[in-house]
Amino acid sequence: MSTTETGCSSTEPEVTGGLGYDETELTLGLPGAGGSKPSETDRKRGFAAAVGLNVGAASRGEDCGARSSDSSDGSVSGAIKRSAAKAQVVGWPPVRSFRRTALRSCTYVKVAVDGAPYLRKVDLEAHGGYEQLLAALEEMFSCFTVRDYPDERRLVDPVNGTEYVPTYEDKDGDWMLVGDVPWKSVLSFFLSCFLTVAAVRFNMLRA
Amino acid sequence: MVRGFGWAAAFPDEVWEHVFSFLAADADRNAVALVCRAWHRIERRSRRRVFVGNCYAVAPAAAVRRFPEVRAAAIKGKPHFADFNLVPTDWGGGAEAWVEAMAEGWPHLEELRLKRMVVSDDCLELIARSFKNFGVLSLVSCDGFSTAGLAAIAANCRSSPVHTSVGLEVAILVSVASEGVNELSLVYLLLSSADIPYLRNLRELDLHENEVEDNCLNWISHFPESFTSLVSLNIACLEGDVNTSVLECLISRCPNLKTLRLNHAMPLEKLVSLLQRAPQLVDVGTSKFSADHHPELFSKLESTFAGFKHLKSLSGIWEAGPTYLPAIYSVCESLTSLNLCYATIQSPELLKFVSRCKNLQRLWVMDLIEDNGLIAVAASCKLLQELRVFPSDPYGVAPPISLTEHGLVAISAGCLMLHSVLYFCRQMTNAALLTIANNRPNLTCFRLCIIEPHTPDYISQEPLDAGFSAIVESCKDLRRLSLSGLLTDRVFKSIGASANRLEMLSVAFAGDSDAGLHYILSGCKNLRKLEIRDCPFGDKALLDNASKLETMRSLWMSSCSVTLGACRQLALKMPRLNVEVIDERRGRPLESWPDDFPVEKLYIYRTVAGPRSDTPPCVWTV
Repeated sequence: MSTTETGCSSTEPEVTGGLGYDETELTLGLPGAGGSKPSETDRKRGFAAAVGLNVGAASRGEDCGARSSDSSDGSVSGAIKRSAAKAQVVGWPPVRSFRRTALRSCTYVKVAVDGAPYLRKVDLEAHGGYEQLLAALEEMFSCFTVRDYPDERRLVDPVNGTEYVPTYEDKDGDWMLVGDVPWKSVLSFFLSCFLTVAAVRFNMLRA
Repeated sequence: MVRGFGWAAAFPDEVWEHVFSFLAADADRNAVALVCRAWHRIERRSRRRVFVGNCYAVAPAAAVRRFPEVRAAAIKGKPHFADFNLVPTDWGGGAEAWVEAMAEGWPHLEELRLKRMVVSDDCLELIARSFKNFGVLSLVSCDGFSTAGLAAIAANCRSSPVHTSVGLEVAILVSVASEGVNELSLVYLLLSSADIPYLRNLRELDLHENEVEDNCLNWISHFPESFTSLVSLNIACLEGDVNTSVLECLISRCPNLKTLRLNHAMPLEKLVSLLQRAPQLVDVGTSKFSADHHPELFSKLESTFAGFKHLKSLSGIWEAGPTYLPAIYSVCESLTSLNLCYATIQSPELLKFVSRCKNLQRLWVMDLIEDNGLIAVAASCKLLQELRVFPSDPYGVAPPISLTEHGLVAISAGCLMLHSVLYFCRQMTNAALLTIANNRPNLTCFRLCIIEPHTPDYISQEPLDAGFSAIVESCKDLRRLSLSGLLTDRVFKSIGASANRLEMLSVAFAGDSDAGLHYILSGCKNLRKLEIRDCPFGDKALLDNASKLETMRSLWMSSCSVTLGACRQLALKMPRLNVEVIDERRGRPLESWPDDFPVEKLYIYRTVAGPRSDTPPCVWTV
């Protein structure tokens, strides 16, 4: 009787009976996978192709066919999960757009950068377009290249100066940085929390 | 006046007006207007309610001119498939033209109901300013406005005594009339100081499933302190927070409030304190129905709902968990309408709740109710007339919900008064449809959506022709039908032959050839609206039945096999149809495309207003 949508197990609190779990449902689909605007995603190619990225990090959905020749293959590795949703027909099943937005599944997607010690989550709806999303991703992952980039979430061990950031392990077994998803959505969701050493250099601007 | 109709002059106009006032149906009034010139004149002057099913079928100014005394207007804009993102957002359906014409020609308008129209904030402001006796505003599935527009509506609400100007008119009468001066002057005094109960103020603000931009957080506080006439408030579609204390004040000072539907943003504790102020409510839409378990909150909720002595209709219950649902068991017995279509409650709790609602006439629920739940409903809710089952996971890959054809069959057997069904499921059989048809020949609305297109009878692997044929043959009063699953031309033959009362038909992923469409258009005497998507229907059926299209309100065809040439021919042949070709690729203009160009989306509707002037770039009127 438990559904993939609500993912209820007997130990989960009632708050997940509704949208609590859905918002952190880990998919890499663009909003089209959740069904909010299938017609637009049908027409758009992968944004890497559209925007001509040369940044390693990319979030991908199953309908992003073309890959930019600029981004190296290694940058988007198997660390990215793909949602198994098949291609959707526009406007089918005939569910009102209002109902779709009212019960929408989360538009947070996981972003993995090869070699990074943890993954990030980004809310696709918070960005107006590909350019803004790209800028946000660059900012998110630039902390790996610039050692002294100010990041409030870092904890510094006063003894040896090592920096720590809080991470948690999600249901897919990936380590995610704490703070990307709003607090309320995440409460039902923490499995374990871990402080990771942040001092990992990573050059994501590979040619 | 034609000789032979001299009897029409036998009675003064007022008598005929009084007679006509008993004709509620527009069709009857239309018929009366055709009898003779006198009746035409009398009828049009006395018509108080107007329904415009397609806002482009008639020019607003013409409608206003023809019926100068209208008090209530209902207008619909976009085609039904706009609900499913098939119609471009800029297609049209703007309300300005209508609101401007109404502001000028119907200053006494009291009720306005708009559905699937684009309503701007300016429109709302115009409505607020133009109609002195405005009482009812209902916006259903509209977009284009924001809470700033709502603030304008709110701000213009009044509950004030008679204006001095009226008092002056009466005073003049007093000075002119020589007799009964004392009575008149007394009346004048009374008029100027009292709240006249028949002065209409906003009674009903109904916002149902609109896309509203939230840019004015405190729009509710724009209702003046003196405003007390609210009877019905539905803000369920608003996304943002609403100031609870302002709302509480509003509710407290409106003693006639019967309907209150809130939006999901309000936390449960605030909802409870709000509802406590209005135990007279008949129709309640709650907000979020989940919170951490607090015994105090539970008992508050319980006592609040126990206080509802007249509650008949319940909706909302967003994000409900099992914790708080038992608190409201006390209202179940009295409910006649229950809308849980946004409530993601699992089956056991749902079952417990719904099976207590013995007097339910309308039930809207998610497929989480499952077959077991529907079997329980069939056993408990003997007065059920309308059932809608919505999909909780419409895009899911695997069907984890145990909702099948058995649930619907059980309902059809147990609920003898059932006449309206909307059912989303993933499997169906001809046998089940036959049983349903035999059980419920009184069905008037049957909308079945089998989620996966082209799904056959899962046991026999046959198309579902036999099943749907049984439905139309058995249910003689069927007015609305939606088809799904694997279907050949045979089902259309049955529909064309048997569905004599059918007014609206929705078809998707069905049929083999043009014959399918031909059967529909050459039969179905009362067909008004036909909407088709992804069917192999083409030019021949359309052209052979061109005159049929003028007897219908509209026809929508998308992803079918119609060519531009056929559209051109149709437009030439039928000047009173608007043949709109919709193509969002926006290449060269329509004139340069060849006749064999495939038309992606086609919308044809009858009109006396000619081609419309507000077509966007993606729409061409052929």
